[in-house]
Amino acid sequence: MRLTTGGNAHSSLRNSVVGKITREHLPENERRDRILLVDSIPTARNQIVGYRGILTPAKIETDQFPIPLISSLQETVHLRTADIVGIEPKSGFVRTLYRPDSEHNVIFATDRCNSNCLMCSQPPKDHDDTQAMTDRNLKLIELIDSAPGRLVITGGEPTLLGERLFTIIAALRDKFPSTYVHMLTNGRSFAWPNFTARLAELKHPNFMLGIPLYSDDSRIHDYVVQARDAFDQTVLGLQQLARYGLRIEIRVVLHAVTIPRLVHLAEYIYRNCTFVEHIALMGLENIGYAPRNMSSLWTDPYDYQDELEKTVEFLSTRGLEVSIYNHQLCVLRKSLWKYSRKSISDWKNIYLDECEQCGVREQCGGFFKWATKLHSNHIHPLPAGNGTTR
Amino acid sequence: MPRQFYPVEHFSVAQAEYKLLPFKFLKLSADREILVNEVGEFILAPVGTAQRVIRRQLDRSSELFSTLKAKQFLTDSSSSALLDLLATKYRTKHHFLEGFTKLHIVVVTLRCDHSCHYCQVSRQTADKQTYDMSPEVAEKSVDLIMQSPSPHITLELQGGEPLLAFDVIQHIVPYAKKRADSLGKELDIVVTTNLANATDEMLCYLRDEGIKVSTSLDGPAFIHNANRPRPGNNSYELTIENIQRARTIVGYDRVAALMTTTQLSLDHPKEIIDEYVKQGFHSIFLRPLSPYGFALKTKRKTGYQLDNFLEFYRTGLAHILELNRKGYDLEEVYTKILLTKILTPYGTGFVDLQSPAGAGISVLVYNYDGDIYATDESRMLAEMGDHTFRLGNVMTSSFKDVFTGEPFLNLVSASCNQSLCGCSDCAFQLYCGADPIFNHATQGDVFGHRPSSGFCHRNMEVIKHLFELISTEDSQIMRIFLAWVQTCRLKDLNMRAPS
Repeated sequence: MRLTTGGNAHSSLRNSVVGKITREHLPENERRDRILLVDSIPTARNQIVGYRGILTPAKIETDQFPIPLISSLQETVHLRTADIVGIEPKSGFVRTLYRPDSEHNVIFATDRCNSNCLMCSQPPKDHDDTQAMTDRNLKLIELIDSAPGRLVITGGEPTLLGERLFTIIAALRDKFPSTYVHMLTNGRSFAWPNFTARLAELKHPNFMLGIPLYSDDSRIHDYVVQARDAFDQTVLGLQQLARYGLRIEIRVVLHAVTIPRLVHLAEYIYRNCTFVEHIALMGLENIGYAPRNMSSLWTDPYDYQDELEKTVEFLSTRGLEVSIYNHQLCVLRKSLWKYSRKSISDWKNIYLDECEQCGVREQCGGFFKWATKLHSNHIHPLPAGNGTTR
Repeated sequence: MPRQFYPVEHFSVAQAEYKLLPFKFLKLSADREILVNEVGEFILAPVGTAQRVIRRQLDRSSELFSTLKAKQFLTDSSSSALLDLLATKYRTKHHFLEGFTKLHIVVVTLRCDHSCHYCQVSRQTADKQTYDMSPEVAEKSVDLIMQSPSPHITLELQGGEPLLAFDVIQHIVPYAKKRADSLGKELDIVVTTNLANATDEMLCYLRDEGIKVSTSLDGPAFIHNANRPRPGNNSYELTIENIQRARTIVGYDRVAALMTTTQLSLDHPKEIIDEYVKQGFHSIFLRPLSPYGFALKTKRKTGYQLDNFLEFYRTGLAHILELNRKGYDLEEVYTKILLTKILTPYGTGFVDLQSPAGAGISVLVYNYDGDIYATDESRMLAEMGDHTFRLGNVMTSSFKDVFTGEPFLNLVSASCNQSLCGCSDCAFQLYCGADPIFNHATQGDVFGHRPSSGFCHRNMEVIKHLFELISTEDSQIMRIFLAWVQTCRLKDLNMRAPS
């Protein structure tokens, strides 16, 4: 499944436009905030006036068009009526921002980040998009019709929005108080007591933060996130958040740098962050920065099952909730299955050819779509049934 | 400028000095020592490790160095000491102090139908006038109890045999509830009884008032009846029958049992434990005999060497672990208290093993005559003529009098093992406690002398034994231990929001 496509632009408008896809012509009074997706451009002016934009796979030869138009659109099948998209009238880029039928929607806060993690799947960009992205996200929230079950705020580092982040969270709280909001942040900004106090003041009723901690050794954590003092800031941030009773999940990406002290990290979490609600142990994504740094990151998941088992045992016997994300059942021994979750977002989730004959494919979370290039050497089909062991 | 990646060396300070944070250490065996920091985190390491740490001889790229830094035994310039975090953990370990005195023991009568060898205080008499608590004293006691700042009060009704003074119970319970209600305090009530005189009406009353029952079971009949003589020599039979009846009427989980270890018990740890299993209990407390009162006087009959008790404890604990392995959930309370301190970020407020000591600070005893004592043991000393720990009397003393009076100040001067000679530099200081009353009773002053102290010897040996078990890394033992300590959770965390 894809979330982006592009075509030819016909406008000098700089600002991106956010609207809701319609594949059918609408009466004029219903066109506000709609982006019309049609096979060919209607000729009558009254058939296009009032739309926020028009998308078409057809080839159009015109420089000027009265409303934002993107022609020669490469892909259209993934765009469905009521999807919310952002279009760049100048570059012709079309990004799906929200799919009403999916549980994997995100509010992408910013491209900026104050860390630079070795395995970042969404590498940061050093340009100031904070105001433009906030405008886009507020518009997006305005356009969502019915309350989503869950939303993820991610980036980049969302806290770099500063006060704008609280505007977004307040908008979500006011419009969709029942929607569970999970914010992925490196937690460093919460070392500032005032910043944490601001988040707490919002009193979002259904809010949790997902914060990565990669080692109990500050040097290793700082190395993974490529930022000095990041460990201290994140640990202080976790403490500040807990003081206000904010709900926290700790996320650990498993790779050659984090595996050696994983059990120590579990003990650190238990002793210092007993307040966390959940710990997610996550497989590496072969995308973003990861391929570039793969020589220092790669370790076959099959080879770290001992460490994984010890860690899960340590945390679960101490009453902490722990899950394994992004791992395939054929590289997890049976004792780990009950911790494994189908965690990969629908739009980037695939299975390999080997999985065709697998008897437990339905229980298995599968792969990221970029795993075709790199995955465990031990992927193999398993017999059906719960009682079978390998 | 595009971003670049830096090697791990970029994030560590290779040559800089490291600073020590407070920690203590102890040699456990010929080749192993233990290092414990201010908040109870420990490292089991080869002998000589502490010395290398202190002499700055550690390899800074070693796993040990990383672990010492992560557990806050030392700090270097690549990470601040995170003192804020250490402070939070310290507060969490001492959370039990919040609210001050929570456990209040009221002796409603001294009269008893039993004549146990180890009992220090009971009277076999029908004289209600002399040995029962009067309504006035009962009310004044409750008035004082309710001045405790704690929002949660536990009221333990004790004797003698409290059910012999059931009218006093029926007076004090509604009065205490009314006072607690008006002050918005939660109130738990427990009655400590041998159940021998419990009528169905009494048990119905306990049920209706939500009062828990704590009774005595010393083991199978031949031990129980020998330890706890009464007319007819049928204490065991009565106890078993009455436990069943109390469970039926008051509620299965509302009835607990405690055992006392005597010379006779020492040879039979398994039989005693099996008796608890037979009676369906899931908790047993292998308690040593306190050295007070008649127990001290009748030493030849019930007293024993401490090492015999330790052998009894070790054998008993091994048997309990075996029962758990076979699938019967049974916890040993003393072990659970210590393991909570050792294996979790939490502390426990067990009055007999905490610092500051529980006496007065966490527990007070109100005798039938209105005299206030720091602990049950200090009341027993008083029965032998030693009134050192009589803190006042409910009819004449105010809350302030009790807690600023000379007896209390004398007591608390020796209540913190953090500042007691022989404790302050002991690796087990945080896991252990202080017992100034024990020191006074056995060694003649509240400070005591550690090398000859039974309290010290017993706790050192028990804690060492637990570390021996922990260091086997037997995953079954660890699972059992961790199941025992899972009762305290988030609510015990002492995270304070900045005001």
